Amino acid sequence: MQKKTLLDGKKFQITIKRLCHQLIENHTDFSDTVLIGIQPRGSYFADRVQQELSAILPNSKILKGNLDITFFRDDFRRKDGLSSASSNTINFIIEGKNVILIDDVLWTGRTIRAALDALLAYGRPARVELMVLIDRRFSRHVPIEADYVGQQVDSLDSQLVRVSWNETEGEDRVLLLSEKTK
Amino acid sequence: MAADRLSTRHLLGIKDINRDDIELIFETADNFKGVINRPIKKVPSLRDITIANIFFENSTRTKLSFELAEKRLSADVVNFAASSSSVSKGETLIDTVNNILAMKVDMVVMRHPYAGAGVFLSKHINAQIVNAGDGAHEHPTQALLDAFSIRQKLGSVAGKKIVIVGDILHSRVAISNILCLQKLGAEVMVCGPTTLIPKYMKDLGVRVEHNLIRALNWCDVANMLRIQLERQDIKYFPSLREYAMMYGLNKQILDNLDKEIIVMHPGPINRGVEITSDVADSKQSIILEQVENGVAVRMAVLYLLASQRA
Repeated sequence: MQKKTLLDGKKFQITIKRLCHQLIENHTDFSDTVLIGIQPRGSYFADRVQQELSAILPNSKILKGNLDITFFRDDFRRKDGLSSASSNTINFIIEGKNVILIDDVLWTGRTIRAALDALLAYGRPARVELMVLIDRRFSRHVPIEADYVGQQVDSLDSQLVRVSWNETEGEDRVLLLSEKTK
Repeated sequence: MAADRLSTRHLLGIKDINRDDIELIFETADNFKGVINRPIKKVPSLRDITIANIFFENSTRTKLSFELAEKRLSADVVNFAASSSSVSKGETLIDTVNNILAMKVDMVVMRHPYAGAGVFLSKHINAQIVNAGDGAHEHPTQALLDAFSIRQKLGSVAGKKIVIVGDILHSRVAISNILCLQKLGAEVMVCGPTTLIPKYMKDLGVRVEHNLIRALNWCDVANMLRIQLERQDIKYFPSLREYAMMYGLNKQILDNLDKEIIVMHPGPINRGVEITSDVADSKQSIILEQVENGVAVRMAVLYLLASQRA
C-alpha cells in the first residue's frame, strides 16, 4: 500500500479557514443558512466548519445537522454486505433555508444524489449547495459538482482517498492510498 | 457492535435467530423510528420488491403494521385474506402460495392457524418468508417489538425482570417473547392459572408463579396477554369473571406495588378482563408505544431480509 499525503498540518487548517470565508462571502451572517453533514464522515467535517464559523462570527448561531443517506442509496442489494445506518439529527426546519451539504470526499457523486433525495424528506430548501474537502475530479457517475472545494485531486478508480480528523483519528490529514503495483 | 447482516434468510421464529441478529434489528429499527417521525415518512429502499401479505387468520394490528412498514419502504404490496379466497374452495397452502409467487412476489408475510406453517412453506418455495404468527407457536415480530419497547423505556433488556401474565398455553406471543427476552439476557416469569401454564415452562428456564401480586412485586415489566377463547377447546377456568378477579390487573393493584412497573399488552385488549381501562390508559402503560415501535421493527426486519437478496 503506497501512501501520499494530499493535505495535512498548516495547509489543512488554511484550507478549512478558506472554505469558511468563502461560505461567509455568500451567506453573510447565516441567518437563513444551515449546515448539513452527510453521515458518517461528512459530519466530522461539518463539525469543524461549524466551530470555525462560530469563531469567526461570534454573534451568529450556526445551525448544523447530520443526514444519513443509507436508505436512499442506489446500490442497496447490488454490493456485498450492508452499509449500517447512522443517525439523522436535524433539529431545525430546512423549509425555505439555504442548505450547505457537507461531505469529506466527492467521488462518483452518487452519495450526493442520495443525500438530495434524503434531504427532501425534511422539507423544501430554498437552495442547496455542496461543500467537499476533496474533489476526485473526472470520476463522476452523475452530473453533480461541488460549490466549495478544499482541494481537487486526480486519482485512479483503484485508489482511495482517506480523510482523518483530529477528533476521531488523532490527526488532521488527507491521504491518497494506492495498491503497490508488482 | 452488531453484525452487519442477519444469520437467516427467513424470519420464521425467534428460535432460529441469535442475539447479534436481534441487536442488528434493534439498531436498524432505531433509524426507521426516525424515518416514520419525519414529515415524509418514506424511504425508497425496497422499491423493486413485491411483498404478499397472506393472512389465513384474522388480524388488525399486525396486518396494518406490516402493510405500513412495507409501504414506508416503498415496496409493492399485495394483500390476501383466506376468508375471501380460493382456500375455501379446497386449494392447498403450497398451491395458493405458488400461484401468488408466479405473479413475481419476492417476499411473503404469512399468518396461519397451524404451528409450523411458515417453516413448511420455507422448505417448498423460493420466496423469503416472514412469520406473522403461526398457531400457538411463534410470533417473532411481536416479540421483537416488545423487547424493543422495553429497551426504549428502560435503556436495555439485559438483567430486567419481565413477567408474562395470562393464557401462556395458547400464546405464540408468550413463546416468542420468552425466547427473545432470554436471548437478550432478561429474566422471565410466567403467571397464570395452572391450567394455562404448560409444564415445559420450567425446562425453558422460566420462573412460574400463580399469584399475580407476588409476580408483579418481582417484575420490572408486566406483559398482560389476552385469554384466547377462540383457541380454547375446553374450559380452563370456571369463568371469565373469576379469571379477571384473580389475574386481571387493575389500578388499585398497580398503585399498591412497591415500585412503578411498566405495563405492556400485545393487543387486542379485552378491557375489564386481563387489564382494566384505567390501567390500559395509565401513564405506566406503553401499549400504544408498542404499536408505533411495531412499524419501525417490521421495517427493520423487511429491510434486513431484503438486503440478503443478491
